[in-house]
Amino acid sequence: MAEPALKEESREIFDEGLNRGIEKLTSEKIEQVINAVLEDETGARLKVYVDTCVHCGLCSEACHFYVSFREPRFSPAGKVKQTLWEMLKKKGKVSPEFIRRASEIASTECNLCKRCSMYCPFGIDVAYLMLVVRRICHKLGVTPQYIQDTAHSHSATFNQMWVKDDEWIDTLMWQEEEAQDEIPDLRIPLDKEGADVFYSVIGPEPKFRAQLIYQAAVIMDAAGINWTMPATPGWDNSDMCMYTGDNEMMGRLKKAHFESAMRLKAKRIVMGECGHAFRSIYDMGNRWLAWQMPPIPVTHAIEFYYELFREGKLKIARKYETPVTLHDPCNIVRGRGLHEMARYVVNEVCEEFVEMHPNREHNFCCSAGGGVINCGPPFRNKRVEGNKAKADQLFDAKARGAKTLIAPCHNCHGGLEDIIHHYGLGLELKFLGDIIYECMEKGQGSEM
Amino acid sequence: MQTLYNFVSGPLVWLSFMIFIGGSLYRLISMAVLAKKKDPLVYVYMDWYYALRSIFHWIIPFGSENMKKRPVMTLVTFVFHICLIGIPIFLFAHVILWEEAWNISWWFISDPVADIMTLAVIASCIFFLVRRLVLPEVRYLTSYSDFVILAIVAVPFITGFWAYHQWFGYRLMLILHILSGEIMLAAIPFTRLSHALFFPVTRGYMGSEFGAVKNAKDW
Repeated sequence: MAEPALKEESREIFDEGLNRGIEKLTSEKIEQVINAVLEDETGARLKVYVDTCVHCGLCSEACHFYVSFREPRFSPAGKVKQTLWEMLKKKGKVSPEFIRRASEIASTECNLCKRCSMYCPFGIDVAYLMLVVRRICHKLGVTPQYIQDTAHSHSATFNQMWVKDDEWIDTLMWQEEEAQDEIPDLRIPLDKEGADVFYSVIGPEPKFRAQLIYQAAVIMDAAGINWTMPATPGWDNSDMCMYTGDNEMMGRLKKAHFESAMRLKAKRIVMGECGHAFRSIYDMGNRWLAWQMPPIPVTHAIEFYYELFREGKLKIARKYETPVTLHDPCNIVRGRGLHEMARYVVNEVCEEFVEMHPNREHNFCCSAGGGVINCGPPFRNKRVEGNKAKADQLFDAKARGAKTLIAPCHNCHGGLEDIIHHYGLGLELKFLGDIIYECMEKGQGSEM
Repeated sequence: MQTLYNFVSGPLVWLSFMIFIGGSLYRLISMAVLAKKKDPLVYVYMDWYYALRSIFHWIIPFGSENMKKRPVMTLVTFVFHICLIGIPIFLFAHVILWEEAWNISWWFISDPVADIMTLAVIASCIFFLVRRLVLPEVRYLTSYSDFVILAIVAVPFITGFWAYHQWFGYRLMLILHILSGEIMLAAIPFTRLSHALFFPVTRGYMGSEFGAVKNAKDW
């Protein structure tokens, strides 16, 4: 009946951060850290969630890992059983090998997508419980290597990709020049005070998706937006520290971000098409800094595009002809309810829209979010095979005519790209901004 | 036998009600105090409108996606909970006891209906037991305490049914019925049966987070 929580040694994936991390652990250290985190950093929520769970298993079908593998250890409650229940039962007296496995479960087998909170009759927040596990593992120094490296980059540079301060400015100026070939008077205003819009992106944009900055500039220009981008650290809105359990660093990053916008006296932050960064700014980082809501209004790209179309600031030259389907990213749909606005924009820009099922709040996660894709190659196969559910969902949309898949989130892009490739789905993957850029009337804006 | 009967139907009734009421208040209040100290955000984000909106969707049958996906489980769960709460309160024999002891009484259900409802509770318990043993994802989460809790809930109904029909060993069954009912009542605050107390809180909080902060539905 009650199966042992730990039985996976045989299938162990080698990860430098996890395997080396546990070499330094002693049982005293583990016990002390677990109990310190549980005692000092958690309280009624954790206790009630653990006491209230009636072990009914109704959360299982919510999780794409479970739906794909059909193995009980991948169910949301199954993951809590293998981690927190055991830690609580043994009062922190668990082995280093247990911690290794707990870190792997919390960091690579749960995307913190919160879909299970909509399937649990009690609304138990398993994502929160997994974050507690990550926090414990962080404090024990047992975090997957790749994501820990990005967290280090955040600590050292305040951006995710080790982008140096001058490289950032250089990239913006480069994209401005590139765009000026198309629209001669286009500017990317750096560090301008009092702009209506402070535009922020995630580290990977300047690093390897610089064309997104170009496209955003063209959109801002055409819509006549009074905007700016910061020339100083704090430009990166992304946050892998939030996902490694490094809450202190999460707070510092968000503080730098909010303060850059405030230093420039911007009216609001508009951010690019990223989900986790939105969660970090709108939901988690602000809370760590004791702001009930962000101290300065935050608008996600989808909401921003929606406004631009509603107010007639953007116009479409010709609609995108290829039939599209839309992936609803967790962090901005279950995290902000932007699904109807996304559909409005899609319908403005595209000829033919094919819904995938399930959709909106019930959409399946891409399996890349929650820092899972950032844990890197060692966990790639598990992540992709663990989302056959998504492949089935996409295949169904394709069977009904969809040829292009819109994913308005960076991590979703990474995850879906792998899924499309692995399962041979042959869908073209795009950001909403890609399609808007392709189809819009350009260069009418004059206000700067 | 008579002394035992007097004991379980006298002092133990008082004791079980005191544990149930006192224990429930203690659990709810101590959690509220702990939340104030350690999770103050619960108070910050709790929103009555969205909390009730979510609770409402989860207490009406087929009000959530997951309930629609598992119609049998949904049906059994609702029948089970309604009968489980309804029978002890509205059973004719129980209402009589209240009347004799306190001279208060209220509406009751007819005995044949109560009989069917009792069988429904027992059948539901068997369903939950089988489900626990057969479905891998449920079995994986199961510990011995889950069977104990299921037994705590089932036994008062089995013994009550037995005693009502006055089958052999009726006196003993009646005593067991009263005793097991008292155990169930006393167990509510201190076992996972406390989900009855915390359901409005956990569901309401998730409903508030989803509704008020995240502008999304959670059902």
